Amino acid sequence: MTAATASAKNALLTWPRPASPDPAGQPLLEFRQVSKIYGTGTAAMRALDGVDLRIGPGEFVAVMGPSGSGKSTAMNILGCLDTPSAGSYLFRGVAVETLSHDQRARLRRHYLGFVFQGFNLLNRTSALENVELPLIYRRAPRTERHARARAALAQVGLTGWEGHTPGELSGGQQQRVAIARAIVTEPSLLLADEPTGNLDTARSHEVMELLVGLNRDQGITVLMVTHEAEMAAYAHRIIHFRDGRVADDGHAGGPV
Amino acid sequence: MLWNALLLAFREIRRNVLRSFLTILGVVIGVASVIVMVTLGNGATRAVATQIESMGSNLLMIRKGQHMGPGQTSSAPAFDLEDTVALERDIPAIKSLAPSATDSITAVVGNASWATSVNGTDNRFFSVRNWTLERGRLFSASELSGGRAACVIGATVRKELFGPQDPIGSNLRLKQISCEVIGLLAGKGQSSMGHDQDDLVVMPLRTFQRRIAGNQDVTLIQVSIRDGESTERAKTDIERLLRERRKVAAGEQDNFSVRDMKEVATMLTGTTQVLTTLLSAVAAVSLLVGGIGIMNIMLVSVTERTREIGIRLAIGALEREVLMQFLVEAVALSSLGGVLGILLALGASIGLADILKVPFVFNGGIVLTAFLFSAAVGVIFGYFPARRAARLDPIEALRRE
Ligand SMILES: Nc1ncnc2c1ncn2[C@@H]1O[C@H](COP(=O)(O)OP(=O)(O)OP(=O)(O)O)[C@@H](O)[C@H]1O
Ligand SMILES: [Mg+2]
Repeated sequence: MTAATASAKNALLTWPRPASPDPAGQPLLEFRQVSKIYGTGTAAMRALDGVDLRIGPGEFVAVMGPSGSGKSTAMNILGCLDTPSAGSYLFRGVAVETLSHDQRARLRRHYLGFVFQGFNLLNRTSALENVELPLIYRRAPRTERHARARAALAQVGLTGWEGHTPGELSGGQQQRVAIARAIVTEPSLLLADEPTGNLDTARSHEVMELLVGLNRDQGITVLMVTHEAEMAAYAHRIIHFRDGRVADDGHAGGPV
Repeated sequence: MLWNALLLAFREIRRNVLRSFLTILGVVIGVASVIVMVTLGNGATRAVATQIESMGSNLLMIRKGQHMGPGQTSSAPAFDLEDTVALERDIPAIKSLAPSATDSITAVVGNASWATSVNGTDNRFFSVRNWTLERGRLFSASELSGGRAACVIGATVRKELFGPQDPIGSNLRLKQISCEVIGLLAGKGQSSMGHDQDDLVVMPLRTFQRRIAGNQDVTLIQVSIRDGESTERAKTDIERLLRERRKVAAGEQDNFSVRDMKEVATMLTGTTQVLTTLLSAVAAVSLLVGGIGIMNIMLVSVTERTREIGIRLAIGALEREVLMQFLVEAVALSSLGGVLGILLALGASIGLADILKVPFVFNGGIVLTAFLFSAAVGVIFGYFPARRAARLDPIEALRRE
């Protein structure tokens, strides 16, 4: 390992995040021939098939593609929740697959916010406590934790719903709690798997405005999976997946 | 770290009231049953031991006839005072002996009546049987020789006939004689065979023979053996002497029996010890069952909670933070269950000991063992499956359901 990659690796694991800007020209995320294979032998399923991808800091990217084309698989690997079967994933120049379990957990803690396609909220736990949870692991003091969680819920339009558990919330409301939980930590990279999948058009536009705002004002890099061209239009760049490969990677027309 | 783990663990406990309750219940039952059973078993053994001591150690009971059970009579001749004199003179191992004759008689005081066992004997009876006086006095020499109607009564007789009143100086009617109460014996309680030892009236042997039995018979001789002397040897000597005096031909069966209370005692303690062992085995099984209950709940809950573990890992928890939370949770629930189990067990043991009339014998070792076992089961089965789940990639954990 070179001295440069060693220090890049150390930087990933220290908190607070180093203030130094990313080295010029270095992508924030890079996929080098990443493949993900589920199952073995004849039953083997190539969910990702040699994907190359570079995403720079501060980008707002939409990921589109038919169902089963590997979008969620790619997002999970990008979110360090899963590891590629082959190829390399570099986060700020550090190969994630070389990191230990614990180091990947720290990377997630320091940099990432993740909105799952299936929300993944804790049952029987109030919206406020769900949103607070990432802050507990980041050792935020109690009062700060409450204030930030309330603010995040307000940002997604859930003021007044803090005490409700997921079972008492609609699908759209649960989705917004999941978004609040991902943004409450002010991550430097926000990965959102169909964040507007359960929302009506008006709510979807509100959420998109929120993401655009986070991207523009706080410089958060946003990667978002969507099926709706209308939402993808908010992004600067749209990546199309087909059969586990990147079929098209082009720049969108910008916000409508 | 610990503070966070506590916060997270207590949120989880609150979130899963039923599951937490079941875990606690498993520990409570396991701990409580073991403690109660062992405590009562020990109490029973202790009770028997005290009982035997109170009966008088190294005690031999000589009766006429063989194998006399309750209600049986024997045609064998009774003993007389000559026999007791001979025994005391010829067998040096005898420390003391008390001849007695007994009968069941209804004692009457005013309107109250009570069927009791009346014992004609002398003052040696009290020392041979380890009786102590609560108040009053024993028989005087003139009462013993003159055949006067004086009697010493047991605690039960006093309770039934006199209630809270002082019985000393009052008179007791036994058949046609009126007998002055001169002494009250200190209570001994129930014997290990379930017979109330305090239910007796004692009067001078001569009085009994003349005015109640109407003969010179001695039906029972109670003998205490000197410390350090072999009761076995003394028993053989007594048997030889009595066979000679009662002219039992060689080869013929004894027409009397000499029972060694030590034998009875050993047999009884043996029985209660077997009982204690049995109770302990039952207790061990219930501890195991409780343990399996805890294990079951823990395993099910960890499987259920694999998704929760995945969520926590995905949003920034480290493996050891998740584990610390599970550990704190398991320890908190197990300890709470353990403490409740101990409190319940102590309450139940004290109550049951009172009802069953056995002493409460606290055994710290078993309390600790039961507690540690249940806590260990809770912790091990809460911790290890959680550790397996926390080592997965978050996405793996999230997929399990
Ligand atoms: N755990 C798994 N085991 C086996 N196959 C899997 C697994 N996860 C995903 N796949 C397969 O990989 C392929 C890609 O799945 P993925 O979830 O990435 O699709 P997607 O593009 O997100 O689809 P959608 O738009 O429906 O969410 C699918 O064919 C799916 O069946
Ligand atoms: Mg998907």
